[in-house]
Amino acid sequence: MRLAGWLYLALAYGFVFLPVVVLVVFSFQDGRLPVPPFQGFSLRWYAQVVSDGALMTALWHSALVAFVSSGLALAMGFLAAHALARVRLPGSVFLRGLLIAPMTVSYLIIALGLLTVFNQSGVKLSLWTVGIGHVVINLPLCFAICYGAMGDHQKTAERAARDLGASEARVLWFVSAPMLAPALAAAFFLSVTFSWDEFIIAFLLSRFDLTLPVEIWSMLRSGLSPATNAIGSLLFLVSISAVILMEIFLFRRPK
Amino acid sequence: MTANVSIRSVSQRYGPATALDDVSLEIAAGEFVVLLGPSGCGKTTLLNLIGGFAEPVSGTILIGGKDMSGVSPAARPTTTVFQDYALFPHMSLADNVGFGLRMRGVSRPERRAKAEEFLALVGLPGKADRRPHELSGGQRQRVALARALAVAPDVLLLDEPLGALDLKLRRAMQDELKAIQRRVGTTFVHVTHDQEEAMAIADRIVVMNAGKIADIGPPREVYLRPGSLFSAAFMGEINQIPVRDGQTALGPLVPGTGTLLIRPEAIGLHGTLPLGPCKVEDAAFFGTHVRAHVAPLAAPDLKLTVHLPQASVVAVGEVMSLFATDHAMLEA
Amino acid sequence: MSLQSAERKLGWGLLAPALLWTVAFFVLPFLAMVALSFAHMEGRAIVEVFDPGNYVRAFSEWSQLKALINSIEITVTVTVISVVLAWPLAAIIAWQVPARYQRLALLVAVLPFWTSYVVRSYSWLLVLGDNGVINKALMAVGLIAEPLALASTRTATVIGFVHFFVMLLTLTIYANLIQLSPNYARAAQDLGAGRWATFRHVILPLTLPGVITGAFVTFVLCIGDYITPQILGGNAELTLPQLIMLQMGRSGNFPMAAALSVVLMAVVILVYAGCSRWLRLDRL
Repeated sequence: MRLAGWLYLALAYGFVFLPVVVLVVFSFQDGRLPVPPFQGFSLRWYAQVVSDGALMTALWHSALVAFVSSGLALAMGFLAAHALARVRLPGSVFLRGLLIAPMTVSYLIIALGLLTVFNQSGVKLSLWTVGIGHVVINLPLCFAICYGAMGDHQKTAERAARDLGASEARVLWFVSAPMLAPALAAAFFLSVTFSWDEFIIAFLLSRFDLTLPVEIWSMLRSGLSPATNAIGSLLFLVSISAVILMEIFLFRRPK
Repeated sequence: MTANVSIRSVSQRYGPATALDDVSLEIAAGEFVVLLGPSGCGKTTLLNLIGGFAEPVSGTILIGGKDMSGVSPAARPTTTVFQDYALFPHMSLADNVGFGLRMRGVSRPERRAKAEEFLALVGLPGKADRRPHELSGGQRQRVALARALAVAPDVLLLDEPLGALDLKLRRAMQDELKAIQRRVGTTFVHVTHDQEEAMAIADRIVVMNAGKIADIGPPREVYLRPGSLFSAAFMGEINQIPVRDGQTALGPLVPGTGTLLIRPEAIGLHGTLPLGPCKVEDAAFFGTHVRAHVAPLAAPDLKLTVHLPQASVVAVGEVMSLFATDHAMLEA
Repeated sequence: MSLQSAERKLGWGLLAPALLWTVAFFVLPFLAMVALSFAHMEGRAIVEVFDPGNYVRAFSEWSQLKALINSIEITVTVTVISVVLAWPLAAIIAWQVPARYQRLALLVAVLPFWTSYVVRSYSWLLVLGDNGVINKALMAVGLIAEPLALASTRTATVIGFVHFFVMLLTLTIYANLIQLSPNYARAAQDLGAGRWATFRHVILPLTLPGVITGAFVTFVLCIGDYITPQILGGNAELTLPQLIMLQMGRSGNFPMAAALSVVLMAVVILVYAGCSRWLRLDRL
């Protein structure tokens, strides 16, 4: 029975890693197509990718949109969570539901809604419009994580701070935010991850300035190429490095 | 229904740490035995080994004369009452209590009847269709007991079952456990760190420390004639006076070499063993008695704890001549 | 002003940014889109008329209806297969892998999660294509002479989806299993239940709500996805998101696209209503 378990685990890992292994292996393909046979080891596709201006610009755009929209989503989500956790507002159940609602709607529909409104009001599509869309999808997440992390421990600390004469802004800055730091970090990290890799909103709401997933999409349109493998592998490497760093610094810190 | 338990030279290790070190114990059928000790002493480990949730690295365990090596919990004639009760939240009380019977292929009407019978036995009649989340902690504990007894085990294992209850409820449950055990006659092995609980319910107490048995015997024996220094200190406050060749810091009190053990409540103004004049360092009213710390004038470094009668009026700095009425001697 | 009303003002003030953003950029756009779905195109202009024609088309024209059916069929298949494959994986990591290595085992199991979604689907193309790894391997070994048509099929789409959702479900189901007290299983065994009986009577009922929640999330994400079917599905059949994008791109028929989007949302809401009995979204 246990043997069957280990076997299943091995098969599952095999299945899960198959496409990734193929991706990475054929990014080093010394040939035109990223398919067998493997014609030799070459770094030229990586060189091509790194020197591809459009790609690098798109990468920068993605980072910009991800960090800015996540920061905004986190700030608004945190304040909203604090408000609903601290003050008994009428209809708070409805308000909570409303703030979380976008998480249950397909990104395609969110994009279409925004596109409709932008078209009708004459707003030009740009990285800003993409950013707006990304805030919409990440705000519920940040709110939910912050709200879920707020507990009695931190509430009594806030009360003590107020008791000692701190204004609300100071309470938030000096007490609430630091105590919730792990949750805030997790929310920010997740938002950046979702925004960074998000395709459909970025595709529909941008025009000239593209984000990385959209740029890669247009690469795909022109056929299979090891260059796509190369950029994919680079992205993968960056992502898991970030995850490993987070593991070491955020989740292993002794209390 | 009931059986004896024979634990022979059992050892258990978790990695480099030794949880049980060559422990041997004979439990008679129908006995209510309490495994008593601080956290980490090995009492829960021993209970788990009897229940079959782990196998010892060496030694054997026999129940009713049968070797239990390699026998799974399902096949052993034991059932356990867990510390968190582990009642199945998605089942009614009747289904919970009848679960073991269902596993044995008992028919539905019979299961229902038995479940109601055992729920009544533990003092919860008529609640068969409730769910666990509707009950209080004390009630859940009883259901867990009913569930474990419903399959008529030979040995019932209880893992600190009263720990989550408040004091009054705990005392009431202790009496009930004792009464139920007498009625069903099953061997009970009960784990606790509370020495008062142990004394209230046990036929015999097994005091454990660091993976070994430190003392064993009926409550009166273990309390008044401790088998080890650890057991003496664990069972309650104790005064320890070193003796060498019949000489102590307070003069010749008892013959031999070792430690003289005197309980605080055995010290007073009258008695057989003279402790000499003692200066009171502090005193506090504890309801049933007055607790005082005194320093004998003959040996000011030897601090004694004394329980004086409730009506005593004691002033700090006062000197009184104290005597012990009862004592025990641990030979070195 | 009283303390309470001062507090309330503060509360609303802190809540305002998030609330306004949600209303302005989610609620209003959604309503605008619904309004648009009742318009129709005349030439290249959108005529604002209350006309449910788009919805009629959606359900009467075979090409439109087929897309909806495709989406539902694929999504149900993917959800079932993913749950069936992920559950044992999560269970093995939670109960068979030693506690020290569980985090690592879980991380490794979902590591490919961190490739770009687009790139991940693309890499299945490399595996399943006519020149891909599987076909080349089978031909090299001599099992087949001609490449199997694996890519650009519904099967490829399903495989691509299952790959993603097995990872997602492993995470969520694991989180669900790990918070189940081990004493439940122990109690069941203690009372005489074998492994299968313990699973059937105790483990399964207690973990089902969490699994159903994960399955629901899978359903919602899968049915609304454009990327995987577009890369792996080929042109033989379309899913609803693909049809929506087609309406927007080629014909520029925004109202139709809007109507189809509302249909997509309606399906999701229906499914939610269907399993709301088990859903505990807060437990995710």
